[in-house]
Amino acid sequence: MQSRARAIQAVLDLVSDQPVIICNGFASREAFKVKDRPENFYMTGSMGMAAAIGLGVALHKPQKKVVVLDGDGNVLMGLGTMATVGALKPKNFIHVVLDNEAYGSGGNQPSYSRVVKLDQVAKAAGYVNVERVREREDLVYEFKDMLGKDGPSLLLVKITEQVEDVPWVPLPPAQIAERFRKAIT
Amino acid sequence: MIESDVFCQALQDIGFDFFTGVPDVLLAGVIETLIERRLYTPAVREDEAVAVAAGAFMAGKVPAVLMANAGVGNSLNTLASLNLLYRQPCLLIIAWRGFDGKDAPEHLVMGRTVTQVLETVRIPHRTLSEQTAPDDFRWVAQTFMKERIPVALLLKSGVVRGIQP
Repeated sequence: MQSRARAIQAVLDLVSDQPVIICNGFASREAFKVKDRPENFYMTGSMGMAAAIGLGVALHKPQKKVVVLDGDGNVLMGLGTMATVGALKPKNFIHVVLDNEAYGSGGNQPSYSRVVKLDQVAKAAGYVNVERVREREDLVYEFKDMLGKDGPSLLLVKITEQVEDVPWVPLPPAQIAERFRKAIT
Repeated sequence: MIESDVFCQALQDIGFDFFTGVPDVLLAGVIETLIERRLYTPAVREDEAVAVAAGAFMAGKVPAVLMANAGVGNSLNTLASLNLLYRQPCLLIIAWRGFDGKDAPEHLVMGRTVTQVLETVRIPHRTLSEQTAPDDFRWVAQTFMKERIPVALLLKSGVVRGIQP
């Protein structure tokens, strides 16, 4: 198993100009440190809403694959959005769930994802491609595959609870949004 | 009374081209018209709807979100920490249930306080009426574009057709 930062690095190394929406907490902070790019949208609050933001982008940029880097706590909080994605079936939507079965930014308290299998929830909701991986080489193989085919796809990546020593994302939120908007035009 | 299609056309005329939200019976006529025009994408919660609207705005759309005032409570944190903070405008079309203390009991607290809640987080709002409608729509267009934040239009029962208490 790899750390969240290593998994984020693997995904960001495989994308080119695709929009990537990153959930709040350490995921956004680590992504900024690992590989900042204007096509990254760092969500700092609104926990649970990363997939909904990504969906709003995906519905109106059908020619681009839209990637959401999400966490298990976030997915559980916004679980209804899996139904919306499964029903609307945007072909260009890739949902990567970094699952450490814990609230990593709240002190690593256990989450229900150790009991509730979020990949199975996605399957039941109607995601077209669903995979679960542990190792980096499997993450790379499956994510590349999802970049090349119609979704919606969900890639559940089991990760460790390791947290990097990273600051808050230093960009003002309005600047993050404006930069992202221009970059994905 | 304003016809549903006139209401929808007025919003389209000032640029709105993507509608999402959660239904309320007061909005049934409007939503029916939007579905006929293939402009409406249902959401499962109001916080999801305002987050989808933020994504849509960044992808070049001009979004509006329909909800009852119960949805203001459901979406408040997302409005504060996403739409307001990141300056992602959307029009909130809010069915004002419980206005004047006359409605099912579950609507009374939000019915009494919805405008104060909006003012507390500094979301500009206006209440639509047939007499002031052209002005109301002009205000929406100007405020939305100038401030780049969510703005709210409240709809009481009986102002737009197709809506029954």
